[in-house]
Amino acid sequence: MKPEELEVKAAAELAKQQALEARLVCCSSTGCHSSGAADVAARLKADLKAKGLDAKVQVGGTGCMGLCSKGPLVRLTSKAHDDILCSEMTPDLATHLVEEVVAPLANGEPVADPVGVLGAHTVDLAAPFFAKQERVVLSNNGHADPEKLPEYLMHGGYQGLRKALTMTAEEICQEMLASGLRGRGGAGYPTGLKWDFARRVESDVKYVICNGDEGDPGAFMDRSVLEGDPHAVIEGMMIAARAMNATNGVFYIRAEYPLAVERVEKAIRQARVAGLVGRNILNSGWNFDFDVRLGAGAFVCGEETALIASVEGRRGTPRPRPPFPSVKGLWDKPSCVNNVETLANVPRILHNGAAWFAAKGTEKSKGTKVFALTGKIAHNGLVEVPMGITIRELVETIGGGTGTERQVKAVQTGGPSGGMIPASQFDTPISYEHLQQLGSMMGSGGLIVIDDHDSVVELSRFYLDFCVDESCGKCAPCRIGGTQMLHLLDKIVAGEGTAEDIKSIRKIAQAMQRGSLCALGQTAPNPVLSALKHFESEFTERLKKTETEQA
Amino acid sequence: MAENTTADEIDTDVEDVPQDEIVVLAQKWKKKRGSLIMALHELQGRLGYVPRDQAMKLGREMGVPLANIYEVLTFYNYFKLESPGKYIVSVCTGTACHIKGSPKLLQGLEDELGIKAGESTPDGEYHLQGVRCLGCCGLAPLASVNGKVYGKLDTSDSHAVLEHVKVDQPVASRPDDDAAAAD
Repeated sequence: MKPEELEVKAAAELAKQQALEARLVCCSSTGCHSSGAADVAARLKADLKAKGLDAKVQVGGTGCMGLCSKGPLVRLTSKAHDDILCSEMTPDLATHLVEEVVAPLANGEPVADPVGVLGAHTVDLAAPFFAKQERVVLSNNGHADPEKLPEYLMHGGYQGLRKALTMTAEEICQEMLASGLRGRGGAGYPTGLKWDFARRVESDVKYVICNGDEGDPGAFMDRSVLEGDPHAVIEGMMIAARAMNATNGVFYIRAEYPLAVERVEKAIRQARVAGLVGRNILNSGWNFDFDVRLGAGAFVCGEETALIASVEGRRGTPRPRPPFPSVKGLWDKPSCVNNVETLANVPRILHNGAAWFAAKGTEKSKGTKVFALTGKIAHNGLVEVPMGITIRELVETIGGGTGTERQVKAVQTGGPSGGMIPASQFDTPISYEHLQQLGSMMGSGGLIVIDDHDSVVELSRFYLDFCVDESCGKCAPCRIGGTQMLHLLDKIVAGEGTAEDIKSIRKIAQAMQRGSLCALGQTAPNPVLSALKHFESEFTERLKKTETEQA
Repeated sequence: MAENTTADEIDTDVEDVPQDEIVVLAQKWKKKRGSLIMALHELQGRLGYVPRDQAMKLGREMGVPLANIYEVLTFYNYFKLESPGKYIVSVCTGTACHIKGSPKLLQGLEDELGIKAGESTPDGEYHLQGVRCLGCCGLAPLASVNGKVYGKLDTSDSHAVLEHVKVDQPVASRPDDDAAAAD
């Protein structure tokens, strides 16, 4: 494919869509799929075909639109009305929608109150849940079909790569540095710096690796991006490859995400056929291709050296750094491991410019962040917000609070490696620095809300139990420390703990933080420590009463 | 790799996967460096688990020592060494599901089936397991039966979850189903 053909194909797709009277896009992500989205889409197609309207109305799929708890979601786009988001759809409601709204619209007949037709089965797109979001990474979700390359091209797809092909590796690194993009996997290391390190190492073979091993229980940002916009991640990886003169790309994706794997593999095939992946990419003479590898259920494989071991087909145990993967990574060659969301930001930055991206967010945390809002929250789902928004806005305005008469007590960010933030601190802006100051971390974007009926002691025990179970066992601080700490917590949960046990927990935590080989062990004590910091009384209340106290 | 410890000398009957199929599978992945995990995924995708004799055969064909294969199989949660039964009932134990009562759901299913999580019923019909986050947190609490996900479950009604099994057709292990069902 020649570079100019990108515009030709995009224009052709745009003309095709503009010729339609209406479009119905059905969420085709795992969440809505589980709620029966495929049956809804099939009914819509069948009904439109029966009415002879399948040329005027297109039924397609799209990535996660966010409100997973209200799925299956269908978005109706038409010339006559503003977009309508239909929720909790069933095949029968689909028929009703076609009969009362879509068919008349397609035939040029006015529909007075399309929203009223579906009653409670619509979601207001002007509501804060949507209006307060800013979508960069998720910009194609709800609009483009992840399984159709022309639709990605229509939304500016592969223009970032096209631009990158005209730049030197150093220029691309500089552009990323100027944008201020930081790793979205949690640590927040500047992406431009990371790439520049890899660029400076001379080697005949270099790897760009996409970390799609989203192991944080309660997080599904990366799944949603891989399922909803796989081409964006592919394009991001290719730009990264140009920035460091890498020769091969590797996707490492959790096996628990079969749909994400399928979409990525399909997107790679499509891009290869179109001349965007493989040999002589966009007529530039550059060759680059991908391999897809599956994880097999090990949280520690999110750590880059463990991930690399797993890609090599071995047990996923981390190794000490240095040497860092940028010097000695996959098959001992320089490698750069980037998170899914980070990579999905990249094409947009190249396409729109570093200044465009740097204008969003705070001074040190640029851009947006995708969060998975879950737990005791009214609007469970996937959101993307500008950095700097307060936790209160995210939880209360966008998330709608608990949705019950109970009060929000705290949120947990960063999953098993993060910490709890009490409601009293909710006016804190969301940025890497602020969350760290509170004893938590940005993490990959899981945000779990707990209410006043939930016990922080039990939640911190839950996370520690997870880390103990997932510890690879290679280093003693993590293997032994975690287990010992869990015993102490069990004792406290059972009402048998003493004040001495809390002291021991703090002591072990320090040893784990300082002595563990990788981030899993170093951060495993965080949930317990933050719970102790903000809710110590909940621990002390559970301690065994001494004889004098009982008296 | 220590070539002298391969499964070469051990002769076993291979019944579950036709001989030539496992050879094809091995040949396919052998060419790609470091693809042992991918080959094991494919094998488990066909059988629902990785039987010992099949692991031996695979090792022989790929030139990988059996010890290496078991090192990998036992490290990763996803791989199963025993037949999981006809219906794999998986309760998500991710944080969102945990907060919404998945421990109670799992307990209820244990009582209903008379087995513990990780076990199969004696008749081989059901296998119950707690699994890592399935990534459908918006639908918590959830469980899957042979890979099909059921969300927003009533944690006090584990009986209803099992009812789904009777409605849905049993699905012999396919890669997609195992992917969601196993951990």
